[in-house]
Amino acid sequence: MAGDMFHLVFTPGTFLNMFNSATVVILAGLGCLLTDQAGMMNIGLDGIMVSGAFTAAIVSWLSGSWIVGLLCAVCVGMLFGLFYGLMVIRWKSDEFIIGVAFNIFAVALTTFLLRSIDGQKGSFHPATGFVDRIPALHLGVIGDTPINISIMVPLAIVLVILCQILMYRTPFGFWLHASGEHADALRSVGRSPDMMKYLGSLGCGLFCGLSGAYLSLGYLSTFQENMTDAKGFVAVACVIFGRSNPVLVFLAALLFGFIDAAATRLQDYLNPTLTATFPYIGTVLMMLVIALARVIRKKKAAS
Amino acid sequence: MSEPIVSFHHVSMQFPDVLANDDISLDIYPGEVFALIGENGAGKSTLMNILFGMNKPTDGSVVVKGEEIRSFSTREAIARGIGMVHQHFMLVPSFTVAQNIVLGCEPRVNGFAYSFSAARKTVLDLVSEYGLQVDPDAQVEDLGVGLQQRVEILKTLHRGADILILDEPTAVLTPQETDELFAVIRRIVREKNMTVIIITHKLYEVMAISDRVGVMRQGRLVGACRTSEVNEHLLASMMVGKEVLLEPFSREKPADAAPAVTVSDLFVRDDRGLMSVNGISFTLRYGEILGVAGVEGNGQRELVEALTGLRKPVRGEITVNEQRATRASPGRIRSFGLSHVPEDRMTTGVSRDATITENLVAGKEGRKPFSFLGLHLRKGKMKQYARSVFDLFDIRAAGVNTRVGTLSGGNMQKVVVAREFSFDTPVLIISQPTRGVDVGAMDFIHRQMMNKRGEGCAILLVSADLDELFRLSDRMVTIYEGRLTGEFDPAVTPREEVGRSMMGLTGEDRTRFEKTAAADTRDT
Repeated sequence: MAGDMFHLVFTPGTFLNMFNSATVVILAGLGCLLTDQAGMMNIGLDGIMVSGAFTAAIVSWLSGSWIVGLLCAVCVGMLFGLFYGLMVIRWKSDEFIIGVAFNIFAVALTTFLLRSIDGQKGSFHPATGFVDRIPALHLGVIGDTPINISIMVPLAIVLVILCQILMYRTPFGFWLHASGEHADALRSVGRSPDMMKYLGSLGCGLFCGLSGAYLSLGYLSTFQENMTDAKGFVAVACVIFGRSNPVLVFLAALLFGFIDAAATRLQDYLNPTLTATFPYIGTVLMMLVIALARVIRKKKAAS
Repeated sequence: MSEPIVSFHHVSMQFPDVLANDDISLDIYPGEVFALIGENGAGKSTLMNILFGMNKPTDGSVVVKGEEIRSFSTREAIARGIGMVHQHFMLVPSFTVAQNIVLGCEPRVNGFAYSFSAARKTVLDLVSEYGLQVDPDAQVEDLGVGLQQRVEILKTLHRGADILILDEPTAVLTPQETDELFAVIRRIVREKNMTVIIITHKLYEVMAISDRVGVMRQGRLVGACRTSEVNEHLLASMMVGKEVLLEPFSREKPADAAPAVTVSDLFVRDDRGLMSVNGISFTLRYGEILGVAGVEGNGQRELVEALTGLRKPVRGEITVNEQRATRASPGRIRSFGLSHVPEDRMTTGVSRDATITENLVAGKEGRKPFSFLGLHLRKGKMKQYARSVFDLFDIRAAGVNTRVGTLSGGNMQKVVVAREFSFDTPVLIISQPTRGVDVGAMDFIHRQMMNKRGEGCAILLVSADLDELFRLSDRMVTIYEGRLTGEFDPAVTPREEVGRSMMGLTGEDRTRFEKTAAADTRDT
C-alpha cells in the first residue's frame, strides 16, 4: 500500500502541478517579504491577489489580450500597495488591521462586481468572447504526460533570483531592510526610510497583482469568487518560515505546492474533502517546525 | 583665538509646550573639545540637534565654517562635515560593521551591486588612519557597547566629519571604556584637528576631557568658559542655579545588625533562557545600604526580579525577614516587609495614564482608610493622603489629579519613591533610582534613602551610576556575568578598582588589561 502510494504521488504530473500551484504562493510570498523586510508585513495578500485575479480576468475578456489584463492586475495591486503604504506609514494604522480589511473588502467587492457584470454566482463565464490566457510552454512529453507550464512559472523563478540579488547584494536591499530593522539609522545617514517602506509596499502590490493574474489567467482560466483559497496566508506562512529570504521562501512555497499537487493526485483515492485540507495541514506543520526549531535553538543557547 | 567653526546667534527653539532653547549665542572653535553640560531637559540635545539639522530653530541663526545654514536637514549637516553619535546608536544590528559604516553611501560595482570588497577596504583604511580597531566583518549585534560606539565614530569619520557631536557618550560605558573613548577623542583632535562637542552631565568627565565648557539650564546658556578656569563645584552650582553639590554624607559605620535578606547560591535565567545569575550569595543587614555595581546586562535585573518575586529562580534560596521568599509571589514577598523601586519607571514603576493620587495609593488601596470593607474606594481620603505625600516628597506638578505620564522623569521617579517608601517596610530593593533624573531630584532621593537607612532599614541599591553607589553605599559588591566578583568598602577603594572588578578583571586578567591600556595610551 505504501509503495503504491509512493508511485501514485511521485509522478512527473505531480511535480508539474507542484510548480504550477507553488507559483501563486511564490509570487505572493515575494511581495510579502518586501513588506516584511521593511518592517510592515502585509497580511492582506489574499485581498490584493483576488482583486488582481478579478481585474485580469475581466480586462483580458474585454481587451482580448492577456498582457493588458496582467498589466491592469499589476496596477490594481500597486494601488492597494500605495493605499497600504499611506495607511501604515503616513497615518500610522495597524498593519494587521489594514491587511485584514483588504482581505474582507476585496473578496466582497469582487463578488459583488462579478454578480453585477455577469449576473452569475460562483465564477466568471462570459456569454460572448473568451478570457485570453497567459501562454504556456510545451516542454515535450514524459511518459504519457504532456509537460505544459505557464510562462509565469519560469518568470517567478527568475524573480526569486532577482529578489535574492536585490535584497542581499545591493544597497537598495540593505536600505529596505534597514528601514524595517532600524529606521532611524537610515534616517541619520540622510536616506528616507519612509521612501523605502513605500517602495516595499508598492512592490508587494505588484507581486500580488502578478500572482492574482496568474491565478485567473494561467493556473485556471477564469475568475472564481474567493479564488485565492487563503493562498495569501500560506504565502505569509512561507515568508515567516523562510525568514524573508527569497530563496528560502521559494523553497517553502515549493513544499506547499508539492503537498497541494499530491493532495490533488490523491483525491481520486481518498475523500476529496480530506485531501483538500492537506496543504493547510502542511502549512500548520510548517509553523510547528518553526516554533520547535526556535525552542531547540533557545535550549541550545541556554546550555 | 581663530575664527569660530560653529556659531549660534540668538538661537531659540520653541516646542508646542516648552521653550527648549532660549536665545542662545555660542561660539565653538576649531580643534577644541567643547563640553556642553546641564541637567536633563536643559536643552543640550535640542541645541545639538539643531546643529545636526534634525530641528529647525524657531529663531536665530547658525553659522558653520563661515556660512549661515539656511536649510536644516541631516543630509545638509553631513555635507558640511558635521557628524553626530547619538545616545542610542544608529546602527543596524543584523548588518556587519562594514555595511553599517558605509550605509547610505555604499561603494558599488557597475553602479548597482554593493561591493563587499570595497566596503571592507574602506573600513580597513579608516582603521589604519585613525587607529580605532574594529573587525569589518563582525556583526554589530555581536559587539559590546564600547565597540559599537567606535563603529558609530568611524561611521561619522567616513562621512568626512570634522565636527563631531557626541551625545552622552559615556552613559553606557565602563570607566575603562570611557578612558579608551577619551584617548580616541584626544587623538582625533590632536592629529586630525577635529572639533569635538561632547554632551554630558558627569562633571569629572568635563574636567578630564574638555578645553572649554558651556553650562545650560532651563533652555538658557548660563555660561561658557575655559575648563581650566572652573572647578566641579562651580559647574554644579551653575547647572542647578544654587549650591547643591552632591557632598558626601557623614555616617557612622552600621553596627553588625541582624540579616534582613539572605541569598544563597542563586541561579536565575533571563528572557532568552540564558543563565544570567550564576550562583550569587550575599547577606543584606538592617541599617546598611549594599550597593551592587555593574555594567548593565550582567544579571542585575534578573537578580532584582528574583528577589522581588517577579521572576522564578532556577536554584538557590532567598530569605526576607527570616521568611522563605524563594519562588513566592510578588505580593507575598511584599507582605514579608519588602518594597521595590523598579529600574524602569515608565513600564513597571508607574501607571502613566493614572493620576498621581492613584499611583501613590496603589498597593494600599485595599487598606484602611482608603477602602470601605475592601469594596468601595474612599476618594476623599485618598486625595488627602496623596496631598500630604505630594508635599513631603516635593513632587512638582499642577496637582494630585495630574496624569503621571505628563510629569518629567525626576518627578515621576519621586512618585515611585514616595509610594514605595511610604509602605514603611524594613527592606527596600532599589534599582537605578536616579537614572535620567536631574541633580536636584537626585539629591532629594538620595537624602530620602539615607533617612531610611537611619531608620534602620536594609537597602539593596542596584545602580549603573558609580558616583551614586560611592555616595550612598556602606558596602559595595560588583556583579559581572551573573557572578559577584568583589566586595569593597567605598570609603577606602579607588573607583578604578571597582571598575576593573565590574569588568571581571582580577589577577592575571588585570595585568593583561593594564598592558592593553598601556598600549592604548602609547598611541595617543
